[in-house]
Amino acid sequence: MPNLEHPAYPAADLLHLESLVPCRESQVSTLLSIFGERQQFSFPSVFIYGHTSSGKTYVMQTLLTTLQLPHVFVNCVEYFTSRLLLEEILIQLQSCSSGTEQTSPVHCDTLNDFVRLFKQAVANRELQDQTLYIVLDRAEQLREMEANILPAFLRLQELTDRNVTVILLSEVVWELFRPNIGCFEPFTMYFPDFYAAYINILLGVFYMVCRDLKELRHLAALNFAKYCEPVVRGEANERDTRKLWKNIEPHLKKAMQTVYLREISSSQWERLQHDGGEPGQLKGLSAHTHVELPYYSKFLLIAAYLASYNPVRTDKRFFLKHHGKIRKTNFMKKHEKTSNHLLGPKPFPLDRLLAILYSIVDNRVAPTANIFSQITSLVTLQLLSMVGQNDQLDGPRYKCTVSLDFIRAIARTVNFDIIKYLYDFL
Amino acid sequence: MKWPLEPVRLMFVLKSVWGFFAVFQGCFVFKPTTKKRRLSEKKAHDFRSTSDDSEDTELRFVTCQSLWNQVKSETQRIQEDLNKQLLENLVSFLSRSHSDFQEKTTEWTCRMKFREIPTAALVLGVNVTDHDLTFRGLSDVLQDNITPYVALLEAKDCPGIKNLMQKLMGQLMNCDIDVDSLEDENCVQVSQNKIRCSMSSLTSWYESVTKKTDSETPSKKRNSSSRHWQSPPVVVIFKDMESFTTKVLQDFIVISSQHIHELPLVLIFGIATSPMIIHRLLPHSVSSLLCIELFQSLSCKEHLSTIIDKLLLTSRFPFKLGEKVLQVLINIFLYHDFSVQNFIKGFQLCIVEHFYSQPLSVLCCQLADIKKRAYSLSHEQCENIRRLPSFRRYVEKQESGKQVALLTNDCFLKEETEKLLEDLHVYHENYVSILRCLHVFTSSLPKYPLGKQIRELHCACLENRVWETKEYESSLQLARMLNKTDLVTMLQQCVEILMSSSGKEFDKAAEKLKEFLTQFQNLEVAEASQERDVSVSSQKELQKKTDLYHLQKTLLELKESRRSKKLTKFEMLRFEVVDYIDSLVRKYLVPADDRTLHEIVYFNTTTVLRGHLNAAPRTALHTALNNPHWYLKNQALKCDGGGISNKAPDICIVYKLHLECGRLINLVDWLEAFSTVVTAAEEPNADAASSDQVDDTIHARFIRAVSELELLGFIKPSKQKTDHVARLTWGGC
Repeated sequence: MPNLEHPAYPAADLLHLESLVPCRESQVSTLLSIFGERQQFSFPSVFIYGHTSSGKTYVMQTLLTTLQLPHVFVNCVEYFTSRLLLEEILIQLQSCSSGTEQTSPVHCDTLNDFVRLFKQAVANRELQDQTLYIVLDRAEQLREMEANILPAFLRLQELTDRNVTVILLSEVVWELFRPNIGCFEPFTMYFPDFYAAYINILLGVFYMVCRDLKELRHLAALNFAKYCEPVVRGEANERDTRKLWKNIEPHLKKAMQTVYLREISSSQWERLQHDGGEPGQLKGLSAHTHVELPYYSKFLLIAAYLASYNPVRTDKRFFLKHHGKIRKTNFMKKHEKTSNHLLGPKPFPLDRLLAILYSIVDNRVAPTANIFSQITSLVTLQLLSMVGQNDQLDGPRYKCTVSLDFIRAIARTVNFDIIKYLYDFL
Repeated sequence: MKWPLEPVRLMFVLKSVWGFFAVFQGCFVFKPTTKKRRLSEKKAHDFRSTSDDSEDTELRFVTCQSLWNQVKSETQRIQEDLNKQLLENLVSFLSRSHSDFQEKTTEWTCRMKFREIPTAALVLGVNVTDHDLTFRGLSDVLQDNITPYVALLEAKDCPGIKNLMQKLMGQLMNCDIDVDSLEDENCVQVSQNKIRCSMSSLTSWYESVTKKTDSETPSKKRNSSSRHWQSPPVVVIFKDMESFTTKVLQDFIVISSQHIHELPLVLIFGIATSPMIIHRLLPHSVSSLLCIELFQSLSCKEHLSTIIDKLLLTSRFPFKLGEKVLQVLINIFLYHDFSVQNFIKGFQLCIVEHFYSQPLSVLCCQLADIKKRAYSLSHEQCENIRRLPSFRRYVEKQESGKQVALLTNDCFLKEETEKLLEDLHVYHENYVSILRCLHVFTSSLPKYPLGKQIRELHCACLENRVWETKEYESSLQLARMLNKTDLVTMLQQCVEILMSSSGKEFDKAAEKLKEFLTQFQNLEVAEASQERDVSVSSQKELQKKTDLYHLQKTLLELKESRRSKKLTKFEMLRFEVVDYIDSLVRKYLVPADDRTLHEIVYFNTTTVLRGHLNAAPRTALHTALNNPHWYLKNQALKCDGGGISNKAPDICIVYKLHLECGRLINLVDWLEAFSTVVTAAEEPNADAASSDQVDDTIHARFIRAVSELELLGFIKPSKQKTDHVARLTWGGC
């Protein structure tokens, strides 16, 4: 006795469908009851949301194809402007109605055109008696388009006066969609997360950090060969979970540190497994933090870091020879008591950067074009970033975007003790 | 000090200033007499100062050109060699990446894995200017071996995903049109705007293209289908990963991962800093769509070392760099840009400048040509030789009869010149070999007193007599403490260097070193037996005496005996070896400045080079405005002692006046001062009438000059006080 029951569809199809959507039977049955029979008008718009990989796209696709309901499936990220989106819907509509017939190029700039062309397209097809489903995947992108797109899709049934249902799929809740001026409220439906218990071991390691089913599937696929190894060698049987666990656990932990973070690629990981080597031999992406820079670029970066994290008033104390003895506690303003490193980098003008540069470099630096172009290079390398460049006559302002560890490594290569010059570490 | 302009804008401003000062001497980037223009015009008389050709300008020009062409092809060859390994790795990665796509595997694990887009993270170093060459080489290699579909994307062309798609599709579809010859009718050349810029149209394009190659096997296609597979991957290269906005990259990756099954895409990220940038730019949800492998190119310092080794430390090219010039080029590299391309450009500039400014550079040619050229020298050129400082020093050392002959007889001089130049050539050959030998020693000493790289040693030897320096002294001392195995391997290396060198004088030296080697071997045999005896006997003694007192005593004795012991045979030999190397150094590593006629082949004019390569825009701008005579060369503008001439351009007068002001400048006072200066000389006695009323023309001129200053970024309008402007530069704060 199948869980899914519907008079409109043959039982065999439903049975097949049920086998394809494990753990989503209840959602599918709800959907089926909303859809009703083929020719019945359905709810104008349905909004389905749920966490990443909760099966929204998959369930919709399987449902529509298995039951052979007429539908259009569009990903809103891929068709990133309203024109592309609307045209794509029309093209799909044409191609599935006219079969092999050559499709003429569609031009559709506005929603008005769309409604008109849509009516034509539907009229051309022999489906006046069937509900047409338009599925918009990643529907949160619709908010980025013109303001009328989303409300119009929600009441497309009414606008076109055709038997059509729009289904929106998203990872975001409906409340974040609702426009200020209000709109037709769709039927909302939630796909809960999978709480799967299969491959307990894998989940034991990865479930803490990753709820992404695609990713978990990927990891499961990657590590399965290793898991089977003792069985293949004949050292254990399939039921010997403890032994298998012992064998796989360190391996999985390593995988979490490397392949899960994409430190090394999955094909490199497979090769490692194959050769039985240690992942230690292969350095991950993060291991290559060292950046070689020209001599003055290093000092420019150090100067920029100092300018970003030291208050302006302290420059005198750090860079003048006879600054007198000023205690930190005395001349600190109240708000400066919090660590500047917790507040993040502050913008500074170009001349302050140069002034600090001149005082930290031992020999005289001429302000040549080479120095200026190095600043620009540092900006393109994203080691510095430029702040607010609306007024060209005002000196440009920069921020230093590198981390303390990075700058310490750089300073060490030029024998510069940067900690001594940082206000936070005084 | 204040500088209000960001560098890019600065260049722009400078250009406008240059336009203003029509005659500009050139203190920035390359002066307009660089190679390219000259090559394109194919005129030798650029070198010529006067109409007659007594200084061989034509020949100099031709020599310069051929030399540069040699150097250029050599550098290209070197760079290709250096990149070879990297490119091979990349090619094998690419051919691996979609192999399963080819086989159309349907196994579950494979399908899982190949949801990921294969990605190569290519770390190239911060010298962004050099990357272009690498990418060009890469795309050539890819198109030859892997796939015709290669797209190169730059961040500046792709501010949004739409532009990126447009660019990508444009490049891919055009490349296909290029491969199919244009007469192909069914390949309609669709203009970019008409194609729908979406991934699905790209996919369908790919399908149609590959299908066509499948069906269409005859003649035309056979060639390419044998090189490429049936469905070659589509390679997208992001040249400057750091500059792309996160949004664009993320969107592109998400979109293309949707289509990875129909479109075998491979991404290549060009990274200048570190691969960490991938994690910074892409969130995990996006980076999990990639299958990233890391490739690292040769570090630019090693690249430079190879270039110096192959271009400068060789006797292939007659032209040499002097110590100071080399130092300038190396400093620019190490301190400023890390760009090998710029180093080579600088080298090119040296060549051009040398052949341009030194009339005798006509003799800077291959050994075979020297004789012919020396004999065809004109009288002026002979006089030029006589004027060379090194030649004069040489003449002074000769006996009086020869002195007269050298100074009066052109023919004799020519013979002598030829001989001297040949000597110089031999000197250089020997120099390089001995330098390499010395480097073998110095590069393994602790703390590298003479530098780790051969270029540092080269500079030290060119600068002055290296054996007189402190560093050399300490290196010798350290060398005297080397252990045997190291010393033997070094000697072996030296023998190899000397044997392979083209200099003929080294047969004896090599023999000598080989002799040392055999002596070391003999020592080894002798010492081994001796030492065994000693150790056995002393151990026996130790075993005999068991109480603490005696033990201490014997140990002390042993130590004492070791200290006072005479030098062992090995130590003697070591001293001999070091002394011999020292003698070689003293003989062959004489600085080039001491050699006669070194001016002909060594380029040593640093001021010119600095002027061209180390541009100082601030200084130039200040000079131009403060002392217009410097650039305009107009006698009327010459003023002494900081006074303001009223003949100077208005902007200069305004500029000079504003230098005397504080942070805020009163416009009325400024105008009055301006009008005083301008009218001062014109009508010295008419001041009474028009003192309080400024002439309209002068007023207009003033306003124009002030707005020019504002355009240049020296002042800006201020809201703090009415009728005041704020000063932005040089002591304005």
